[in-house]
Amino acid sequence: MAKTLEDINERIRKGDAVVLTAEEMTELVASEGAAKAARKVDVVTTGTFGPMCSSGAFVNFGHSEPPIKMSKVWLNDVPVCADVAAVDAYIGATAMSDTEGMAYGGAHVIQDLIEGKWVKLKATAYGTDCYPRREIETWVNKDTLNQAYLFNPRNAYQNYACATNGSDRTIYTYMGVLLPNFGNATYCSAGQLSPLLNDPFYRTIGIGTRIFLGGGHGYVAWQGTQHKPSAPRSPGGTPLGPAGTLALIGDIREMDSRFIRGARFHRYGVSIYVGVGIPIPVLDEEMAAFTGVSDSEIFTSIFDYSQPTRSRDPLGKVSYAQLRSGTIEIDGRKTPCAPLSSYRVARDIAGELKRWITEGEFQLTGPVELLPTEGTVQGLDIRDGEGI
Amino acid sequence: MAKKRLVLTFPPEVVERPVVAMMVKEYDVITNILRAEIHEGEIGRMLVELEGDAKRIREGVKHLKDLGVQVEDAITDIERTEELCIDCGACTAVCLTKALKVGAPDWELQLDKDRCILCGLCVDACPLQLITVKF
Repeated sequence: MAKTLEDINERIRKGDAVVLTAEEMTELVASEGAAKAARKVDVVTTGTFGPMCSSGAFVNFGHSEPPIKMSKVWLNDVPVCADVAAVDAYIGATAMSDTEGMAYGGAHVIQDLIEGKWVKLKATAYGTDCYPRREIETWVNKDTLNQAYLFNPRNAYQNYACATNGSDRTIYTYMGVLLPNFGNATYCSAGQLSPLLNDPFYRTIGIGTRIFLGGGHGYVAWQGTQHKPSAPRSPGGTPLGPAGTLALIGDIREMDSRFIRGARFHRYGVSIYVGVGIPIPVLDEEMAAFTGVSDSEIFTSIFDYSQPTRSRDPLGKVSYAQLRSGTIEIDGRKTPCAPLSSYRVARDIAGELKRWITEGEFQLTGPVELLPTEGTVQGLDIRDGEGI
Repeated sequence: MAKKRLVLTFPPEVVERPVVAMMVKEYDVITNILRAEIHEGEIGRMLVELEGDAKRIREGVKHLKDLGVQVEDAITDIERTEELCIDCGACTAVCLTKALKVGAPDWELQLDKDRCILCGLCVDACPLQLITVKF
């Protein structure tokens, strides 16, 4: 029997909702089947905590006396984008410090703000009649800012590649340090706990869905950049490689640095670990089956990252159950593999969100609009300007 | 049989002495060189695992010290800031001796210092820059 979102929220308000984490749901569906699980369970909570470069924060500094129309802005020596109104800026997570290079960047500024630290603001300007000041140096923290919210263009990738290195030298990538001659492999998804792998066709996750973001409440703002729903999929519906993505928004002041962390990938650059948890209403048997997906049913493709091209040929396919075992086979040879996203924290997030819902402090929202279920990603072609 | 993992630091005047051969021949101690770096005109460092009779190992180590070799326990030379670790597992990708491990059931990062050969690859691999290795 199908349930509505309103039925489920009513049960949450009364404290009667049955909430399981995606791991617990996988066990339940395996032992009792999707039909029975659909009757028993109201909500399944998911979680993921991985590096998500396409992230950043909008901030508003407030006006100084006399005021300034900031043109170039640095926070703790990290350049931030100020090409919006006078005292608005966007802290790009991957921006690097002018003084410390990739050891400290926009992601670390965001983490420092979340932790309530004072951050040094420096700005220059050309000066206008209404904004005469031409430079400013001061200190800000999350309480002195008028607004500070993450607005991440691409998070929570629905699956990701497994990376290895077939060349004869070590390479340093956003997938970590890859040793020569297929010496290791890395992967980066929470698999059976990951939000979009539990709702593979975006039936319940869409624009306006309320989520866990970085320890606070957030929302799905839009489809993420490079959203690619038309990816090849396994029979259960999960894509065999990177597919759907989400643009997410949430208030920094509610966040906790346990769930947002600045990171640097050696000789690659700065990135940010973002904690995302999305509740999935178990509306019917189909949603129960989707949320019951296990690591042995989710596959990804292995790519040789030493090929510096946008169209690498996959070396093979591997399940997350295999990846989680710590060893995969590439070309008939055993290769050790390691995760980049934290399964321990992904679990903590799914558990935390479960607690919020069980205790009635978090209700579910349906999507205001659904995400595209068809569409692919275009490359960038080099055009000479003639005949365009 | 006892086992001991040590970092030996050689001053320039000892660098060319056949120290390992001496441990094997005179003290009957199996000496496994896990890592060695000797820079011209400078000090040399060696990570060794000694295996043999405990008393003979002690005597051998004393002899090394008498020669001017500085001897330290190896396990003090890798440190990670555990309270800030997010257990992502990125460091385990480069740890060929499996001193760093993450896995079921709890998916928390484990550091087994006795397996560490102080290669230092994890220092670069940790996205949070939480590991330091002295060698």
